[in-house]
Amino acid sequence: MSTVVAVSRRSLPVGSVGSHAIGWWGMICAVLTEGALFGYLLFSYFYFAVQPRQIAFPPELPSLWLAAPNTVILLVSSVAVWQAERGARRDSWLRQVVGLGSGFVLGVIFVGVQLLEWQSRPFGLSSNAYGSLFFTVTGFHMAHVVLGLLILLALTVWSALGYFGPRHSAPISIGAIYWHFVDAIWLAVFFSFYITPYLGLRHGP
Amino acid sequence: MTTTELDRVPELAPRDYASPLASKLERLWATKPGLIGWLASVDHKEIGLRYIVTAFVFLLVGGVEALIFRIQLAWPNQHLLTPSQYDQLFSMHGATMILWYAFPVLTGFSVYLQPLVLGTRDMAMPRLNAFTYWVYLFSGLYLYVGLALGSAPNAGWFNYVPYASRPYNPGLNIDFYALANILLGVSTTLGSLNFVVTILHQRAPGMSINRMPILSWGTLTISVGNLFAMPSVTLAFFLLWLDRQFGTHFYSPPSGQPLLWQHLFWMWGHPWVYVIVLPALSMVSEALPVLCRRPLVGYTAVALATVLTMVLGFGVWLHHMFATGLPNIALAFFSAVSLFIVIPSAVSNFAWLATIWTGRPIFNTAFLFFVGFIIVFVIGGVSGFMTGSVPADWQLTDTYFVVAHLHYVLIGWNLFAVMGASYFWFPKMFGRMLDERLGRWNFWLMFIGFNVGFFPMHITGLLGMPRRIYTYPDGMGWDTLNLIITIGSYIMAAGMLLFVVNVFYGLKRGVIAGPNPWDAATLEWSTPSPPPPYNFVVIPTLASRTPLWEERLNEGPYRSQLSEGTPLDHGKEVLGTSSLDAQPNVILRMPEDSIVPLLLALVLTLLFAGLIVKAWWLVIACLAVGLALQLAWLWPRVELRERRP
Amino acid sequence: MKRFFLGDLAGPRMTAAKVGAFLIATLNDSAAHAAAPLNYLTGHGVRSRPIATLTWALMIISVVVVVIIVALLLAGLRRGHGFSAPAPGTQMPVARPPGGASWIYVGVGISTLVLFVMTVWTVVTLAHVANPPRTDDALRIEVTGHQWWWEVRYLSPDVSREFITSNEIHIPLKRTVEVDLRGADVIHSFWVPALSGKTDVIPGQANRTWIEADKPGVYRGQCGEYCGEQHAHMGFEVIASTPEEFEKWWNSQLEAQPNASSELAEAQNTFIAKCGICHTVRGTRAGGHLGPDLTHLISRRAIGAALLPNTRGHRSAWIADPQHLKPGNYMPRLELSGPELNAVSTYLDTLN
Ligand code: HEA
Ligand code: HEA
Ligand code: HEC
Ligand code: CUA
Ligand SMILES: [Cu+2]
Repeated sequence: MSTVVAVSRRSLPVGSVGSHAIGWWGMICAVLTEGALFGYLLFSYFYFAVQPRQIAFPPELPSLWLAAPNTVILLVSSVAVWQAERGARRDSWLRQVVGLGSGFVLGVIFVGVQLLEWQSRPFGLSSNAYGSLFFTVTGFHMAHVVLGLLILLALTVWSALGYFGPRHSAPISIGAIYWHFVDAIWLAVFFSFYITPYLGLRHGP
Repeated sequence: MTTTELDRVPELAPRDYASPLASKLERLWATKPGLIGWLASVDHKEIGLRYIVTAFVFLLVGGVEALIFRIQLAWPNQHLLTPSQYDQLFSMHGATMILWYAFPVLTGFSVYLQPLVLGTRDMAMPRLNAFTYWVYLFSGLYLYVGLALGSAPNAGWFNYVPYASRPYNPGLNIDFYALANILLGVSTTLGSLNFVVTILHQRAPGMSINRMPILSWGTLTISVGNLFAMPSVTLAFFLLWLDRQFGTHFYSPPSGQPLLWQHLFWMWGHPWVYVIVLPALSMVSEALPVLCRRPLVGYTAVALATVLTMVLGFGVWLHHMFATGLPNIALAFFSAVSLFIVIPSAVSNFAWLATIWTGRPIFNTAFLFFVGFIIVFVIGGVSGFMTGSVPADWQLTDTYFVVAHLHYVLIGWNLFAVMGASYFWFPKMFGRMLDERLGRWNFWLMFIGFNVGFFPMHITGLLGMPRRIYTYPDGMGWDTLNLIITIGSYIMAAGMLLFVVNVFYGLKRGVIAGPNPWDAATLEWSTPSPPPPYNFVVIPTLASRTPLWEERLNEGPYRSQLSEGTPLDHGKEVLGTSSLDAQPNVILRMPEDSIVPLLLALVLTLLFAGLIVKAWWLVIACLAVGLALQLAWLWPRVELRERRP
Repeated sequence: MKRFFLGDLAGPRMTAAKVGAFLIATLNDSAAHAAAPLNYLTGHGVRSRPIATLTWALMIISVVVVVIIVALLLAGLRRGHGFSAPAPGTQMPVARPPGGASWIYVGVGISTLVLFVMTVWTVVTLAHVANPPRTDDALRIEVTGHQWWWEVRYLSPDVSREFITSNEIHIPLKRTVEVDLRGADVIHSFWVPALSGKTDVIPGQANRTWIEADKPGVYRGQCGEYCGEQHAHMGFEVIASTPEEFEKWWNSQLEAQPNASSELAEAQNTFIAKCGICHTVRGTRAGGHLGPDLTHLISRRAIGAALLPNTRGHRSAWIADPQHLKPGNYMPRLELSGPELNAVSTYLDTLN
């Protein structure tokens, strides 16, 4: 004999909750595809870097004076955003707003320092292949940082307006995923452009 | 809106499409009347049909382009077209077919069918769904503006640099192509994202991943594949555009690398050719068994083969670059993978054969198309197998042999499957059947025309005819064959024309279909034809892959529950379920119809128009407006707001 | 205007009926070669022959696979217990008969075996033909692809014995010829079907291929990669002859042109003035490099990258309006007056 399966009568949350939110899933997918994008960007960089006839890379090693501290700043901002996320779950309005707000401010500092870094380079986007790669890859990252900052700003405002709490923290988690992603990508970019030359990936002709 | 509801125990209701519940759902979900309502609709069925119709229009346009240049090629030394006209025509033909027809038509079927076969009421992100359609449409129009201005792409669909770089191609031709592709890439990526979320998060309760229709396996696989593949081509075109506009040095020697283009292009391009067939193959795997009156042989094997094809598809891109002077060890490796990628296709192929052998087929038009499909599938497949072998490919590459291969796989694996699927699902979409007699003519003309038109290309190819030549001398052994090819392609076009006729005839006069004309097994056939805007009046709960055949197959101890379920009528609602075992875990609110997706798509297109005419102020203005619209779109909905106590 | 092509010289036109016969005739390769100069089902050198064999093997397997699958399919349809289409909505029996899975095991098993064998064959052939067999006494030439013609430079340890010609490559029989490929503008592909498969000519990248002919003859070559408007007319010819004849040809090519006799001096000056910025004639002041070297133009079989047989009529027609014969090519229409045209043509006739 066969039985008809029972329809589930469990109580279900209504609307976007945590990782059941559509937006959460959407963001995971977006991060995957954006991650792939940076994968291809870095592939292009390494493709140039391993060519036998390397004529466009600058002979000197990249300076770490600005980039290294800037990396730390971005990492700290990720911690701040993570705190905000925890704040939302624990129903702490202050932690939410402060966390998101300071994440935002640190991000702005990152952008500022990065602009200085760009200015300190003796070459430009169209000077040579290295310049094209450097500015395009860091430019792509910068665009993502700026988008991330807009997201953080919106979240800060919405948090301050009290839109979020333990019942409804999905937007913060979703924004946080993006910000952590931007951060992780920076580590990859930093490693490729600033560290690998020190590890012996040839520079210069 | 009433007070915010945070939790609910889903109530139960019987399935009755004539109940007050049904009319309430109708009011909630129906597209508003009038033009604005139509433009604002986010109903997946509406959008799916728009996709299909638009893609078919691109098919006809691309087909007409081919028919024009086929006259030029019918005889040697023709002067009907100038070289530059020929180049634009074949480039537009390839691009239109492979980018604006082959994938979008499958997207259309998926957008229409996925929510229905999964037992839900809409895509996970309905507004995004509308947005991706509009962007797709506008990207195609954008490309054709180029043609209208006489600056259509002219470097072939794969657009090799440095020929496509500014010094050798100074017009706007390539800029149109690059930007249209980036625009289309936005649509494709977001569409894929939407499918992944829908399929992983919105299957009907009980539809665990191994009970998911094979149709969804195709769409899920290629959507994940797209997430990883699309950035490559979008980036490739973006860098090209930078090279052309801002003098960067990615592709042009001395300091640029022409082969970087080819790597980036084919790292997307090969996965893409599977992206534009796997959903078609899974439509066959879904429909063919119905017409053979049995479940698909080897469901698990076929599902895994689908995934495996996609995965291996990321590891064969160098076979398009066998002649570029790469190291032998790389050639050997990629050649081996290109040969072994045959195995998953063999799995599907033998599964279909076994399904026919052990089933009791119904000989109708859809079935004929599937049979034709299998024949053409094998011919197209084995020519790929031949080019997969490096030394042989050094001869075969860039000859008409490859043109034969690509049409056998594209038309065979995609168009024939799509034709069969159209005959199969048309009754669901419109509630009427397509005509069988016209259908037979349609099939035979297409099948014969196709083989007469494309089989000889193998031979002209083996006789050394290069592709992409606007004319050829006589005395090369190609003349007669080319005339036959042209005749065949016109026969095939006549077949296509009959299909168009049949569709119009079917819409008006077709026999009424009823909910389940083929006596099929899956959920979409449990709704009326055409399905109401809300798809399912109550959400079904599944116990097998073939809910409508359970009684007759009499397998396993459990039966699906279709006649009773949760109505979810407190607004536009759907059920969210867990990814693997499809246990309900959330009630999701779906957005209302909205004109914002259309507006955003227009703004984005305007931005791209700004890019091509280099009106940077327009670009910046569009960015600002776009962001503002985004923000409005995402503003947390009031009913979900949580005020602090 | 009726155009002539080198194919005309090579042999009879093919008709549909001959196609089948042709495929068999490929076993008699010179006939096949005459009927379809670019075919690669027949090989004429140590490099192309193993490739042709492999291609035939792949093709035969493919045909067998198609025949088997189609036969199985038709047999499945003819088993005769199908339905003809019933009215929509009719309930029909469904069942899950056993036995389907073994199709997959057997089919995939056999396919895997075939694939394995062909992979090994592929790799063995690749190893065999990728690099030239003997490199110590190889002849080396450098071929540069231009939109839309080929520049050919013969290399020699003795630099004074090097020279440049175009669109025609002479090679000695049974000697390996290494071809260094240089790209001048966009990507082209070097292809002589009877002697070897394609190798792309990529600007900024030093590619190398090799050919070797073991029968004397004229082998048609063609650009294999789409390179713009005149990709269709970017052919060339490879002429294989005995080592003695080859040596003779080389020596004759080395000679510069003597200064024109007095009655031709006028014509030569017109040529230098009108054509010298693009074309070189060694021994004269014409030293341009934008177009093919014309020093020994008359010794070549064709003009315009295998577009037209090299007759006086075709030369004059070409000079009068190259854009008509090969639209888009980079030799402009020069608006020569009648007498000028005549003079230049006459001068060209002397470039032996
Ligand atoms: C619809 C898309 C599609 C599909 C599905 C395929 C499928 C395959 N393709 Fe194809 N391919 C294209 C679209 C596609 N291709 C396009 C558009 C181009 C040209 C691009 C351009 O240059 O413009 C191209 C070009 C192309 C090339 C480059 C040719 C060149 O330019 O030199 C190669 C080389 O390896 C190749 C190989 C293959 C292989 C091995 C398969 C395999 O997946 C096929 C496997 C299937 C079978 C073999 C049949 C079923 C199997 C059996 C019945 C088992 C028994 C069989 C054997 C033992 C052989 N393809
Ligand atoms: C899905 C993809 C697809 C499809 C369906 C087709 C269909 C056809 N293709 Fe195409 N083709 C490609 C994809 C496709 N092609 C690609 C990717 C290339 C490579 C491009 C490149 O090299 O860059 C190519 C290249 C290509 C070439 C090689 C060009 C060259 O290298 O120089 C040729 C040559 O014959 C050709 C011919 C045809 C023909 C005759 C058809 C026929 O099947 C067309 C049949 C006709 C129709 C389908 C339309 C019917 C129209 C009507 C009946 C009118 C009705 C009108 C109204 C109702 C308003 N195609
Ligand atoms: C602006 C440059 C330019 C000028 C001036 C020019 N040519 Fe050319 N010529 C070319 C180019 C480029 C080609 C190769 C065209 C091709 O095949 O695509 C060519 C090809 C030829 C050929 C065919 C050579 C071969 O081997 O295929 C001949 C003959 C020729 N030119 C003669 C002349 C004469 C005579 C003049 C002057 C009256 C002249 N050219 C002026 C650029 C020029
Ligand atoms: Cu050179 Cu095609
Ligand atoms: Cu491929």
